[in-house]
Amino acid sequence: MSEQTAVVEQQKTVHLIFTRQDGPDSKPYKEEFHVPYRKNMNIISAMMEIQRNPVNSKGETVAPIQWESNCLEEVCGACSMVINGKPRQACTALVDKLQQPIRIGPMNTFPVVRDLVVNRGRMFDALKKVKAWIPVDGTHDLGPAPRQSAIEQQWRYELSKCMTCGVCLEACPNVNDNSAFIGPFAVGQVTLFNAHPTGALNKEERTDALISDGGLQQCGNSQNCVQACPKGIPLTTAIATMNREATKHMFKKWLSF
Amino acid sequence: MSNQTDFLNRRLHSLLGVIPVGFFLLEHFYTNYHATQGADAFVEAVNFLWAIPLLPVLEIFFIFIPLMYHAFYGLYIVFRAKNNVSQFGTFRNYMFVIQRITGVITLIFIIWHVWQTRIQLLFDSTPTAHELAMDTASILSNDVTAILYGIAVISTVFHFCNGMWSFLVSWGITIGPRAQLVSTWVWIVAFVVISYFGISSILAFNDPNFAINVTALQ
Ligand code: HEM
Ligand code: FES
Repeated sequence: MSEQTAVVEQQKTVHLIFTRQDGPDSKPYKEEFHVPYRKNMNIISAMMEIQRNPVNSKGETVAPIQWESNCLEEVCGACSMVINGKPRQACTALVDKLQQPIRIGPMNTFPVVRDLVVNRGRMFDALKKVKAWIPVDGTHDLGPAPRQSAIEQQWRYELSKCMTCGVCLEACPNVNDNSAFIGPFAVGQVTLFNAHPTGALNKEERTDALISDGGLQQCGNSQNCVQACPKGIPLTTAIATMNREATKHMFKKWLSF
Repeated sequence: MSNQTDFLNRRLHSLLGVIPVGFFLLEHFYTNYHATQGADAFVEAVNFLWAIPLLPVLEIFFIFIPLMYHAFYGLYIVFRAKNNVSQFGTFRNYMFVIQRITGVITLIFIIWHVWQTRIQLLFDSTPTAHELAMDTASILSNDVTAILYGIAVISTVFHFCNGMWSFLVSWGITIGPRAQLVSTWVWIVAFVVISYFGISSILAFNDPNFAINVTALQ
């Protein structure tokens, strides 16, 4: 009896439907796989199973699924993809918690390189655009940093969790081919660096860049970003904070012609 | 230096939605609500408005141009969004979509409404406030028209109230989740109250007695 259960257990499979694409300019297509179930599987381990035995549900041997991943613990953001309609990290998407068939596709907000690999380069461009750093480089001694209150630190800690995964861009209705919106995450990063006592020295520069074309103003308050963010970053609070900064900034600029 | 015209256009769109267009909406509902006190009160309210000096200038610069800017820039915003409520069925995402749908309904309604109650009147030689009251009553005595007006009123009030919620975020007045939640409730109440005023006015004009009273006044 127990031997029989073991056999049934072994035959249990996971049904996956991928949206695949062979290259940046190729047409996307669907491909289904049934991979043997193991306890505590996640989407990455299911795809590794396909790598080991790249045979689709029709029994054809095909090229294994391509994806990106590094940390496998939801801190690098590389493995973001759309799983059952929601953009999220594959490494923390547990098969046991997903309804089957599991539908997996790339985050189409970004250019698809191959299968689930997308080019998130625009996020890096956005960070450069809004000057999301603190310029303290130099050879001379800058002295000790200013003291910071624990409350400030906690606020910034939340904002600093961003891993540029791209989920908030995928979730935002205003980030698409028709718009130049750089995305909610960039607003969070400006809030982070502007809130830093040393970073605040370059506050105006960042705010100025954030309200240039495709910036903060493109937010339409659907608030999907804060719901979708895997790190629970208070993105909408950051957006409203920067809206207040931008209001002040606008009047200051106007009154100092 | 970076280009900030996009920001200024968007902020102008947001501001004009409240001042003067939102303000005008409230004024318009206030004037029309006089109809519930009878034809007399409505005629008096209209005459009060008509006594404002330079009224055409006010109408063009305080209502028409700001509304057109808000409406057409609004359409541009509407068509640039890729709505995704089927993927993200949250309250705010629904509000986002409904804000856009009600904006379009409002635009269609305003064109029809201005045509019916304003442009067509211009064809008459200068109408009196009585004639205006009479015309409005005859337009709204048609139940189908009254229902369409009712839908448009609710849609416009929704757009204004949810727009106010979003205005407070866009200008950085309601920042945290708690402030935004309180604001949601405040604007839900405002939506109910303003809709009540609007619908009562339509019902007043729709009432056959209203037209009889206007005729009696003349
Ligand atoms: C009675 C007329 C109208 C009033 C009182 C009004 C009022 C408002 C207000 C207060 C806002 C909020 C601004 C903000 O989010 O910062 C808004 C937003 C908006 N309005 Fe209107 N509006 C009117 C007509 C229209 C029309 C005709 C359209 C055209 C489609 C339109 C499209 C929009 C859009 C798309 C938004 C959202 C903007 C965003 O999310 O950033 N509105 N409106
Ligand atoms: S692999 Fe780093 S977040 Fe999934």
